[in-house]
Amino acid sequence: MNRTVPLVLGIESSCDETGVGIVRGRELLANVISSSMDEHARYGGVVPEVAARAHLEAIAPAIREAVQRAGISLSDLDAVAVANGPGLAGALMVGVGAAKALGLSLNKPVFAVNHLVGHVGADVLNTEGALDYPTIALLVSGGHTSLLHVRDLTRDVEMLGETIDDAAGEAFDKVARLLGLPYPGGPHIDRVAADGDPKAFRFPRGLTLPKDMEKHRYDFSFSGLKTAVARTVEKLTDAGEPVPTADIAASFREAVIDVLLTKAFAACADLGVPRLLLGGGVTANARLRAEAERRAALAGVELRIPPFELCTDNGAMIAALASELIMAGAEPSNLSFGADSTLPVTHIYAE
Amino acid sequence: MIRLCIDTSIGTSVAVTDGSIIRAEVNEFDSMRHAEVIGDLIRAACDAAGVSHHEIEAVVAGVGPGPFTGLRVGLAAASAYSVGANIPLLSVVSHDAIAVELGEDLLADEVEFVVTTDARRREIAWSRYVVLDPAARPAERFVRADGPELAKADDALLPHVPRIDADHVSAGRLGLLAQAAFENDTELPPFLPLYLRSPDVTMSTGPKRVS
Ligand SMILES: [Zn+2]
Repeated sequence: MNRTVPLVLGIESSCDETGVGIVRGRELLANVISSSMDEHARYGGVVPEVAARAHLEAIAPAIREAVQRAGISLSDLDAVAVANGPGLAGALMVGVGAAKALGLSLNKPVFAVNHLVGHVGADVLNTEGALDYPTIALLVSGGHTSLLHVRDLTRDVEMLGETIDDAAGEAFDKVARLLGLPYPGGPHIDRVAADGDPKAFRFPRGLTLPKDMEKHRYDFSFSGLKTAVARTVEKLTDAGEPVPTADIAASFREAVIDVLLTKAFAACADLGVPRLLLGGGVTANARLRAEAERRAALAGVELRIPPFELCTDNGAMIAALASELIMAGAEPSNLSFGADSTLPVTHIYAE
Repeated sequence: MIRLCIDTSIGTSVAVTDGSIIRAEVNEFDSMRHAEVIGDLIRAACDAAGVSHHEIEAVVAGVGPGPFTGLRVGLAAASAYSVGANIPLLSVVSHDAIAVELGEDLLADEVEFVVTTDARRREIAWSRYVVLDPAARPAERFVRADGPELAKADDALLPHVPRIDADHVSAGRLGLLAQAAFENDTELPPFLPLYLRSPDVTMSTGPKRVS
């Protein structure tokens, strides 16, 4: 196994994207993503069984395509990597089964790595050079909303807080439905909000009151916000008044972004860490990126946002994290690892 | 031809067959550990058969029916193995492997029989087999006349036909069926999981009132 610039294929199947990525050291060679998002659209959210079925159909073609795009041969690989959690159990198991068998068929070692830490690992593929540690990482998607303290990518990651109910991306989906907008909600809320007044409605910022901050300083909650939006819409509808969709969308988006960034920058300040990395599909939100940049400049925090295709769930970030582990001297995972839907971030990889 | 055979439609079964000989078969009967054991069992089957990975010429997958999550582990493994080794991926209906194993002794005198497996939610998956030629070797003795299909677990399924409720599938027998199909030039089913049931989803009926 080449430990200087390892050639690694990474498999990601924790939610609704089947990702296969190939990296050589810190160089991205291929990042193939096959999404089942359209199949979930009519249900208004990710249906685990639908996602798992789609992974099985997509996995072999995605491996073939990634190898072709990377211009390598599978036998050149140094290792196979897979995300074994956290995520949807049945979905993760498709990747786990595929990765183990692929590794065996090639006589190559397998590394099982943490999906959330993988989001942080995506940054090493950044062509601007790797981020210094420690860093705070805010990971926001339809499946998770997590605030991490990353002291060392391959050795020391701490979960500061996470959502206690809905993920931020889920809140976007649910509010989009309330406003009669299609799934996935994020891009549609963003589009409609462009013409709205973000101060038109004052929606609640979950877990920011002093009494909540004691226990949940870095945790998130979006279900109260969603309910507040629903109440507003119902009140207007009941009164026979028009629903100002643009203003509601803008005010809702502002509330989500405000609470995400307030907590993330508070962590930077509290822990004396002048770096913040954003990851997850919600970073596609232009308003989130702009506001993060504004606050980062004010706070003197170095802000990092990987390119969008490395922010959403993808196999390249899984390969990148495994590549870092290999370069740091980590031994391959024992092949008996399983899928763990609640894998803690302290488990960066399976030993 | 040396084949790696994988079935996770009930427990996890992995075998290496060479023509019509089962060189090795290893099993984990626990039906909740497919993802954990699949790699170790592939390795163990190859080791026990004395075969290294580059000698395997085809992969045979049991396509079910079986509980979805476990079934997919074996199918994902079989399909990724065939990509990695660049060898053909063949499919066999898992119930057929059960029929072959039963037919090796128990059912030599029967003219037909039904194989059932647990499909969860108080349902079973069943297939009906008819004996074609009692003198033929087990993999060529029967033909599947019906199924696999779902039925309620307490249904009196074809009351006059002997019914065998199976609790394991032998991957080695998948390989024997693949060999028989190869020799007789008959077609194997496509590589499609036999879920027999649509995903459980409730269509969105619009937002619920909160006030
Ligand atoms: Zn993710």
